[in-house]
Amino acid sequence: MNRTKGDEEEYWNSSKFKAFTFDDEDDELSQLKESKRAVNSLRDFVDDDDDDDLERVSWSGEPVGSISWSIRENAGNSMSSHEGREQLKGRNSFSSYAQLPKPASTYSLSSFFKGRARPGSFQSLSDALSDTSAKSYAPELGRPRGEFRDYSNDWSLSDTVRRLHRGKVCSLERFRSLQDKLQLLEEAVSMHDGNVITAVLIFLKRTLSKEILFREMEVRQVALRHLIHFLKEIGDQKMLLDLFRFLDRTEELALSHYREHLNIQDPEKRKEFLKSCIGLPFSGEDSAHIQDHYTLLERQIIIEANDRHLESAGQTEIFRKHPRKASILNMPLVTTLFYSCFYHYTEAEGTFSSPVNLKKTFKIPDKQYVLTALAARAKLRAWHDVDALFTTKNWLGYTKKRAPIGFHRVVEILHKNSAPVQVLQEYINLVEDVDTKLNLATKFKCHDVVIDTCRDLKDRQQLLAYRSKVDKGSAEEEKIDAVLSNSQIRWKN
Amino acid sequence: MGGWKHPARGGRGRWAKMAAHLSYGRVNLNVLREAVRRELREFLDKCAGSKAIVWDEYLTGPFGLIAQYSLLKEHEVEKMFTLKGSRLPAADVKNIIFFVRPRLELMDIIAENVLSEDRRGPARDFHILFVPRRSLLCEQRLKDLGVLGSFIHREEYSLDLIPFDGDLLSMESEGAFKECYLESDQTSLYHAAKGLMTLQALYGTIPQIFGKGECARQVANMMIRMKREFTGSQNSVFPVFDNLLLLDRNVDLLTPLATQLTYEGLIDEIYGIQNSYVKLPPEKFAPKKQGDGGKDLPIEAKKLQLNSAEELYAEIRDKNFNAVGSVLSKKAKVISAAFEERHNAKTVGEIKQFVSQLPHMQAARGSLANHTSIAELIKDVTTSEDFFDKLTVEQEFMSGIDTDKVNSYIEDCIAQKHPLIKVLRLVCLQSVCNSGLKQKVLDYYKREILQNPTDISYVYSGYAPLSVRLAQLLSRPGWRSIEEVLRILPGPHFEERQPLPTGLQKKRQPGENRVTLIFFLGGVTFAEIAALRFLSQLEDGGTEYVIATTKLMNGDSWIESLMERPF
Repeated sequence: MNRTKGDEEEYWNSSKFKAFTFDDEDDELSQLKESKRAVNSLRDFVDDDDDDDLERVSWSGEPVGSISWSIRENAGNSMSSHEGREQLKGRNSFSSYAQLPKPASTYSLSSFFKGRARPGSFQSLSDALSDTSAKSYAPELGRPRGEFRDYSNDWSLSDTVRRLHRGKVCSLERFRSLQDKLQLLEEAVSMHDGNVITAVLIFLKRTLSKEILFREMEVRQVALRHLIHFLKEIGDQKMLLDLFRFLDRTEELALSHYREHLNIQDPEKRKEFLKSCIGLPFSGEDSAHIQDHYTLLERQIIIEANDRHLESAGQTEIFRKHPRKASILNMPLVTTLFYSCFYHYTEAEGTFSSPVNLKKTFKIPDKQYVLTALAARAKLRAWHDVDALFTTKNWLGYTKKRAPIGFHRVVEILHKNSAPVQVLQEYINLVEDVDTKLNLATKFKCHDVVIDTCRDLKDRQQLLAYRSKVDKGSAEEEKIDAVLSNSQIRWKN
Repeated sequence: MGGWKHPARGGRGRWAKMAAHLSYGRVNLNVLREAVRRELREFLDKCAGSKAIVWDEYLTGPFGLIAQYSLLKEHEVEKMFTLKGSRLPAADVKNIIFFVRPRLELMDIIAENVLSEDRRGPARDFHILFVPRRSLLCEQRLKDLGVLGSFIHREEYSLDLIPFDGDLLSMESEGAFKECYLESDQTSLYHAAKGLMTLQALYGTIPQIFGKGECARQVANMMIRMKREFTGSQNSVFPVFDNLLLLDRNVDLLTPLATQLTYEGLIDEIYGIQNSYVKLPPEKFAPKKQGDGGKDLPIEAKKLQLNSAEELYAEIRDKNFNAVGSVLSKKAKVISAAFEERHNAKTVGEIKQFVSQLPHMQAARGSLANHTSIAELIKDVTTSEDFFDKLTVEQEFMSGIDTDKVNSYIEDCIAQKHPLIKVLRLVCLQSVCNSGLKQKVLDYYKREILQNPTDISYVYSGYAPLSVRLAQLLSRPGWRSIEEVLRILPGPHFEERQPLPTGLQKKRQPGENRVTLIFFLGGVTFAEIAALRFLSQLEDGGTEYVIATTKLMNGDSWIESLMERPF
């Protein structure tokens, strides 16, 4: 999703003149071309000797910017010969086009709109809705007679809806009784046309009291959904909340209220707003998420103030070496954890900015914690911290290496952060599955691990194969030769 | 053609150049394309004089499928701009026409444009063309902003069904699934019905309608109702389609969630095909001409149009990706052999013959080079460990393995900040396979996802799409044989007949296939299309399919359409 969008932005301005070609030859198809094509059984290959031919792209879908650029380029200059030819063709094609029979479609949408072309005379649907006077409804001369009827105000209820449906002018104001209004709505709903339903809803919203509107909507679920959508669309948050309250939809009410925080830029105000959300009737675990959201922002505000101060004072090494790229405010939890593993790793658990504190407060799972801490410390090339991350002591005081995410993943992450071979090899050795271990060692050129593993497996063939891959005269080759000539090993092959 | 001739299918020569690939199929979709082009011309001619078009950027893609710039130019369109805030670029034209989707946020921009233009001086004529539908809400907004009166023409251009290929139509309505199935807003169904009425006006009444699902039922009802309202003239066009099959997307939610494995499906999954175009990283397409010395590598995305106009693409697009490599290498051998022929050409006649073939050969070579590059790009992805892991998980889910537990691969994806859509897609797949997730599992995923950055930073090997199975069984032996299955799937199934006057009833020649229009309400994937094309090509299949949908989609674009936009 982002990729596409990014691409689009990236390429928007850079596309060149080839954005469109005049290959819209439409209809003018000379018999000649036709037969020539038949003879050669060629397709779509008419006038080109450029071997980029297949890349010809039409303007379609190309950034419009490039089109307008090219148009501007063209506008001033006299037409190039190519263009002139095309224009000629265009003219031809237009006349030949006119000879084509028109299919007997009665559904042409444009036919719905005929006869209201005179500038200024047109009343929009919405005008009609809000304006009862017929001041500009005066019929024009030269209009087909049937059209006059468009301006009549005597349409029956269902005709009115049908006309709205076809995009015609129709006043709703004369439907005064509640019964009429509701019937109007029901007609609209039975049309399944959202545009008409919305039209009627706008009218009802304007002419009915909230209480009555809500009450009637409650028993008309389809119309209700359209109303909710409509209120969201126009951003009438207050009425939306009133509606949810009326319907007793407490959870939607809560979520709708919560969403408002996105509109609040000031961190302090946003924090206070989130605090006010905590008591709202969210469902299930959502309450906990809201609480977490509040706590997180509260933390971030403290950390941000503190770190900005430290950075500008210029006394702290980590900030001097690695200036912060952005503020931590409003970042997701895991990003915050990464940040704290990067800048505050060694802090005692008691401080708000320490990774361990974050882990405890937000119940971050072990795997997630380890992945994040590993990425942060590896980025700083703090191999000692990496080592400590996987070292556990059992109750007898023996140390043991353990990785909740699997050592193969540890290796991949370390490699991504360009860890030296010595470090990589230490962790590759901790991978339990032998095949995975060999694969990783081969992939990351940890020769010692490969050689030792082959030796342990007594796999002479594989070792020989590996020998052909290493550099001639290198230390690894020597080592392989030494192993191969070791008479004490009982090779299995 | 079985001895009978129909206007929609005759006269192929005349249409051929317009969009040749649209007329290769069993039904000539150029007729539809021509009809919508005519509407566009009619509208442009209403605004007499020189024109500038201001485009809602989104619309340029779909419009490109029905008209090129030269058509607009014939009708005095001199400038084109994208819709942007503040002022319009200067343009010395009489008319300024906004081509826009009916969206409120676009109305705000239009108002800004119009107001700043008013201040600039000489009066222009403003017009607005809503695609596909005028919206009262939008006009209300324009009115609130005080610019509604500035527009002379406010019309709609009902581009309901856009022809994509000889057998493929789409409404390109992104929101259709969400609106129909989540918001009970049937507006897009109404458009689907309207599009079908247009098709019937052009290609004759479709005598039989089958359907499965609530939305299918609605569309059929609307069609019947519209037909009743337009009783004025009897449709005298000889029917091209024998059947219409309407299918609700929610009858088969699983298929679009799984990764597509056809060539075209994978291109779409990885790079996204938009209005039949794909943008690819340029590196693999660098020209290998001598003397170029790689001095400037291309930095622009390589943009290619993908449809059956390209012979090679038509051949490989529906194949499982594993089968594409061998086709490409065979083609390469054939082409190099063809080029070698030049050494054998001795006589003038032979040389002439060779030269006449040259353009075709060069085109074929170019096409082959492109698809070899694309195949390489795709292979880089399909051979990656992560792709394999994802596919394994999908296959496990679809076989019902461990669908009730928190899946460790999904967990890893969340932890490693894989794209949110990928994660959601897998969770949805698991949910569909498990007929819903356990609350505990759902809560777990939810918590993990929330903690992480929402950093908006053969077809399916071994699995035959249910949607396509339904189509296949309908054609033979008929749905009666699977009543039990149909009852389990959501929504009603039904059958309607639209009686034809005897003169229009088709007498099928022996061996002549039926033509079924299959309409996916809520979207369809390229892999499903591939499976239907496969059925069309079966010698004894008896049915050829033309496919229509509200949106061409894949699992990612589908999930994305369901997400709420942040304010």
